[in-house]
Amino acid sequence: MTRPPDPTRAALVRLVRDEGRRVLATLVRLTGDLQLAEDAVQDATVRALESWSSTGVPAEPRGWLTLTARRRAIDLIRREAVRTGKETAAMFLLDQDDPPETPQTLRDDQLRLMFVCCHPSLSLETQVAFALRTLCGLSTSEVGLALLVPETTIAKRLTRARQKIRMAAIPYRVPEDHELPDRLAGVAAVVYLLFNEGYSASAGDDPLRPALVVEATRLARLLSELMPGEPAALGLLALVLLQDSRRDTRHDQDRRPVLLADQDRGRWRRSLIEEGVILVGHALRRCPERPDPYVIQAAIAACHALAPTWEETDWDAVVSWYDVLLAVHDTPVVRLNRAVAVGELRGPAAGLTELDCIPGLADYPLWHAARAELLFRVHRAADARTAFVAALQLPQNSAQQAHLERRLATIPTC
Amino acid sequence: MPHYVAFTYTEDLDWTAPEQADVMVEYDEFGKAAAAIIRGGAALYPTTTATTVRVQGGKGGDVLSTDGPYAETKEVLSGFYLLECTDLDHAIATAAELPAAWHGAVEVRPIITFPER
Repeated sequence: MTRPPDPTRAALVRLVRDEGRRVLATLVRLTGDLQLAEDAVQDATVRALESWSSTGVPAEPRGWLTLTARRRAIDLIRREAVRTGKETAAMFLLDQDDPPETPQTLRDDQLRLMFVCCHPSLSLETQVAFALRTLCGLSTSEVGLALLVPETTIAKRLTRARQKIRMAAIPYRVPEDHELPDRLAGVAAVVYLLFNEGYSASAGDDPLRPALVVEATRLARLLSELMPGEPAALGLLALVLLQDSRRDTRHDQDRRPVLLADQDRGRWRRSLIEEGVILVGHALRRCPERPDPYVIQAAIAACHALAPTWEETDWDAVVSWYDVLLAVHDTPVVRLNRAVAVGELRGPAAGLTELDCIPGLADYPLWHAARAELLFRVHRAADARTAFVAALQLPQNSAQQAHLERRLATIPTC
Repeated sequence: MPHYVAFTYTEDLDWTAPEQADVMVEYDEFGKAAAAIIRGGAALYPTTTATTVRVQGGKGGDVLSTDGPYAETKEVLSGFYLLECTDLDHAIATAAELPAAWHGAVEVRPIITFPER
């Protein structure tokens, strides 16, 4: 036992949480029962916090937690066995001598848990809450705060998810190769949703929304470390890093959003950009024929990240990447973004022509806003005003609304 | 003799919960009384454990699993299979091979295995 130099409570809590979620993945493998594993790990982490704050952190904190959680799981199974009069298979597994924990088993344990949390038979909202609870180690109330959903609702969702996993026998396994692209896409979608939940929230006082960005980035990093050969995993990490590199410049001092064109590029985080760009390169080499949508989006983000100014952006490359993205992921919003890039490459009139050809965005405020900007640039001030007003009539967050009102106010009434 | 299926429609409840003990006794009594003509049957877990499987674009297309029971009224219940599968993934993959999943939907629900009494 060694006493750490300054065992502050926060550092201890973080250590216990970080190790606790790895131990959870192991206990799920050992018991095959998520609820049991969660209960056992919960108990072990509480004991760790009590014991370590007085005796110091043991040399092998994870080993300590694993052993304590295993003993607790055995207790729980015995108690249940007395009640129901049956032994369970988990007992056998838990009573085995501890197999040496290799990086490989740790990796597989975590991957399995990721694929369980993001199983397609669970609703997306459940997957997100579940990932935050079991993969990120947030408490139920923290998950509620982060997702802006009442804690009781989150608790209900998690209970249902655990029931479904047990009753419907959702398997704890890493999908086989032929299933992997679909299943990985599901996991990536959850991680990216988490990232956007945090990233799109305006910089408020609530620390848990930005914490979502940190957690999503951590999961994306984990995914790319666990599956370094998968372009989607690399592309997802690249995309979140490149977007997050703009973290400090996305809002002004009054917390109003600042457009990409107006951001102070000197304050973008170079280390994140460098890592993201390298990842895009690796990922593209791995899928030259049919690039993964995350990789393409990361490539577009890289074009922006590398441009010294908005005007000097390589718009030709950006438009080309959007063409590639449309080939694999054709949505109205992708078309909208492409049209904006066309507006920069070939002029506002060309951009407008593209925008007006996109069906299905009449209820999307950013389509009206993009039209308004282009109309203004082709000196159709009255039409631009009308478009801004149309955008403002649609539901959107208050920061976006305030931005549109400011833009509208700059257009002269003629 | 003709065969019939008798689907039971009740509240969405968990038959394994202690508060269902009384009604389960009555099902047991039915089981004994009708033993000579019962060819099979099962109690299902609640709809929160259901997964609805559809195959987009027909045979061989993308398998789309969604959480929850089949909830539309366009199609009707038209048949059922009792499958023994390794896990839910196996059940979903098998359901996706059914023509019903190509043109409509297949609801996959786990069956309760009651402990021996």
